[in-house]
Amino acid sequence: MKKHKNPARESRPIWYIALGLLGLGLLIAYLLRDADVALLNPKGYIAQQQLNLMLVSLVIMLVIAVPALFLFYFFAWKYRETNEKATYDPTGRQSKYFVFGIWAFPIIIAIVLAGVMWPATQKLEPTDNLAYVSDAEPVTIQVVAMRWKWLFIYPEQNIASVNFVQIPTNTPVKFELTADESPMSSFWIPHLSGQLYAMTGHANHLNILADTPGDYPGSSAEINGAGFAGMKFIARAGSQADFDRWVHDVQVATAELDSTQYQKLLKPTENHPAEFYALTESGLYDKVLMKYSGSHEHSAGEPGENKDAHSMSEKPKGHE
Amino acid sequence: MKEFLIGRLDTNALPHDIFMILGSLSFIFLGLGIVAIITYLRRWKWLWNEWLTSVDPKKIGIMYFIAGGFMLARGGLDALMVWLQQAISVDGSQGYLSADHFQQIFTAHGNIMVFFVAMAFIFGLINYIVPLQIGARDLASPFLNTLGFWLYIAGVLMVNMFFFAGGEYAATGWLAVAPLSGIEFSPYVGVDYWIWSLQISGIGTTLGAINFIMTILKMRAPGMTLWKMPLFTWGSLLSMIMAVTVFPLLTATLFLLFFDRYFGTHFFTTTLGGDPMLYTNLIWMWGHPEVYILVIPAYGVFSEIVSTFSRKPIASYRSNVLGMIGVAAFALSVWLHHFFTMGAGANVNGFFGIMTIAIAIPTTVLVFSWIATMYKGRIRFTTPMLWFLGFLGIFALGGISGVMLGFPPADFQLHNSLFLVAHFHSNVIGGVLFGIFAGLNFWFPKIAGFRLNEKIGRYAFWCWIIGFCLSFIPMYILGIMGATRRLDHYDSSTGWQPFYIMMLVGGIVIAIGVALQVVQIIASAIEKNRLRDTTGDPWDGRSLEWASASPPPFYNFTVIPTVTTRDAHYEAKRQGLLKPAYEDITMPRNTAAGIYISIFAFLAGFAFVWHINWLAIVSIIAIIVCVIVRTFNDDTEYTIPAAEIEKLEVARLKKDTAAAARTAKVAHPDEDMGLWQFIKIVAIWALDVIKHKRWQTWKHQ
Repeated sequence: MKKHKNPARESRPIWYIALGLLGLGLLIAYLLRDADVALLNPKGYIAQQQLNLMLVSLVIMLVIAVPALFLFYFFAWKYRETNEKATYDPTGRQSKYFVFGIWAFPIIIAIVLAGVMWPATQKLEPTDNLAYVSDAEPVTIQVVAMRWKWLFIYPEQNIASVNFVQIPTNTPVKFELTADESPMSSFWIPHLSGQLYAMTGHANHLNILADTPGDYPGSSAEINGAGFAGMKFIARAGSQADFDRWVHDVQVATAELDSTQYQKLLKPTENHPAEFYALTESGLYDKVLMKYSGSHEHSAGEPGENKDAHSMSEKPKGHE
Repeated sequence: MKEFLIGRLDTNALPHDIFMILGSLSFIFLGLGIVAIITYLRRWKWLWNEWLTSVDPKKIGIMYFIAGGFMLARGGLDALMVWLQQAISVDGSQGYLSADHFQQIFTAHGNIMVFFVAMAFIFGLINYIVPLQIGARDLASPFLNTLGFWLYIAGVLMVNMFFFAGGEYAATGWLAVAPLSGIEFSPYVGVDYWIWSLQISGIGTTLGAINFIMTILKMRAPGMTLWKMPLFTWGSLLSMIMAVTVFPLLTATLFLLFFDRYFGTHFFTTTLGGDPMLYTNLIWMWGHPEVYILVIPAYGVFSEIVSTFSRKPIASYRSNVLGMIGVAAFALSVWLHHFFTMGAGANVNGFFGIMTIAIAIPTTVLVFSWIATMYKGRIRFTTPMLWFLGFLGIFALGGISGVMLGFPPADFQLHNSLFLVAHFHSNVIGGVLFGIFAGLNFWFPKIAGFRLNEKIGRYAFWCWIIGFCLSFIPMYILGIMGATRRLDHYDSSTGWQPFYIMMLVGGIVIAIGVALQVVQIIASAIEKNRLRDTTGDPWDGRSLEWASASPPPFYNFTVIPTVTTRDAHYEAKRQGLLKPAYEDITMPRNTAAGIYISIFAFLAGFAFVWHINWLAIVSIIAIIVCVIVRTFNDDTEYTIPAAEIEKLEVARLKKDTAAAARTAKVAHPDEDMGLWQFIKIVAIWALDVIKHKRWQTWKHQ
């Protein structure tokens, strides 16, 4: 058995730990001095709400974690073997309230957490439209994940773009996400909102609202093959006038997106540059969706309609 | 004809890129080196009879530790390779790995660390300690246990086979999520190696778990009711019950994926009615509990350690057990929180979010139980206790971030980011790995007969803590900055690079910690006379494993103890230990059936990877034949007469007394040797060996 001859030894690590963590903190603060910390720097309503929720949950957890950690390390120090003054009770008898307390405290915290979580989950469900935030006419953008690029289709404006998406600020934007000949991808613009999966044969809806103009990086957060790291795009938020001008510029652009061009896009490419197309074929997105509905009689139904149903329950019967 | 004989194997499958050549060469040299040493020392027969065919859970436990240790080095190297790539692959630089190769490495890292490191160590601890803790001489089904071990070894070989044939491992992430893992997007053999290494070792896990459930439920010493079981045994029981519950799910899922890839079925494809979302559900129904299968025994280890080194019984034993049961139960019902972002809708997400929060309740109860155990204790700061103290800080970090991730709307932002990766590494390193290290330091004297060097153990511990903070605190920050996981390349304008470099530095510090742990074991072996445990109870322990000698005889206990209380050995010590009365002991015979079955399982897996149908069929028939032959073998046990036991015991006592006398002579008040002293001793020894050609005498020993 080991005996410590020098009781001071045991209290020393705490200063090293404190100093080390302080140093690490300062180093990190220095490195972050001009960094754009995406999640702490939200530029849209949803991202802001999500950040608030993260902070609320963090604070509630700290309420339980800080005292627990303090007690843990304080007792470890106080009841060290070399501290003759501390009482020693080898029987380990507890107060009768002890068991009650150790169950009641975390249950109360969990109820509080659940009480915050449930309404927040309902409110921030990505499928729900954001009419309650802004009464501007929503813009619908259909997104197709391909290997390894993002195709954005603006059905109302009859344009399309690759790896670049322009949106108006203070206007709800509905992204309708699917994928074509691609593994699952995850559509993520951290400054504007959390991510949602883009899957073949499914339409997942992500509603966002940007409130500050700017260029925000987006990517696929879910691994989908060799070109994964290069599957990036820029989401540019600008005023309605900027948006209209951009739409017009693309509409008169020479490149056109039709079936042939679409098939070309479908071929896997890496680090694909931004491209802009006038859309000459309507219903392209629905065709992409239909492609995966198989030979089932209950296939996707009327494409483009009733897509707000949750995609998992939307699956035709007979798949399980 | 060629296709019939060797399937899709051809010369292209031979290693030709530099990494595969290096990998296969290092495996060949390692193998040849081991073979050469064993042959030189003429130890083949001994190895076969005493170790490979042994059904003794203590020996199987040690073999698990050795295999797990090798795989820890292998998986750790993967981690360093990943971090090196990420530290340098910025802007114009593409790093030193292709994207595809990079993805294979982190996939292998995940699989190896979870399946072939953590599972190995947890199963090793359970094998060695649980029979001792419940006062049993052997297992309910020693054969299932050895079969489970050898299937694990077959899995280990399979996960490394791609170095030799194919040169490709899965590039899909550790759960090979469909449809990426389907034949359309992963046409070559990588995913097949993934399937078969997990399939074979997973079946081994199921079999081993069945044995331990039976052992714990049916083989406990008289008087040991469930409410008197040591907490590590409780944790093991719950973990094994979970394993039996969810591993068949993995087996089924892997078979379905295999059918998709081999026979062209459409379970998880994107077309013809297949549904990749089904795969995501199935794999996480197993994958989430899998982490708890690893961590619940670790909770048990920590409970044993905090109680022993605080010199107090665990505070509120029943709450502790119920806490573990609660964690196990909730862990089965939270799998969907791994894909809130698949878009299941607010109600489904909300339900699984609340279930996730609910896990925090029993976990917090466990933490309070540990805190209260230290309260009014007499705490000794030994290395096991240090690992425990380190665990809780890191685990709290993992818990807090876990609750944040459990909020579906917050998860939309944090999912698939490095924040998530940092979260589960906090839990798996802090909880599982530190639990394993604590357990190994704690039970090492029982296993080896001498305790571990405390000083170098402390150095290793601090390297791990510092390395962890340097690696994973920046990783949390990167996640908050919007860095997704698994990036092989990024732009410097993101400002991420300094943090990736910090992660690499942290990884190197952890690697030094691992090296120090190896040094710790060697340094302890050098000083083993001074560190020897002749009492069987070096820590003033509380449960029955300390009632046996260190290391225990192959029959564990001369007399099966009768249990009347919790902390049975602690109470027995206070009332005075009983004199042994000798009796006939029946023990299971060694068997090689597990080895044969595993060889054929390996061949079957390899055949399926390369579409060698005849070999697959032959191997499967051979497995069935082996099982049948083994089933008809009635002569599986033998009895050692009481007189023989008495002889063995007397001899052991004599040896222990002599050793104790030697130890008393060697023992001096100095502390355990430090690092410099170790280097000096090793250098002097090496010079001496070379000078006097000492190896010539080794084989005669």
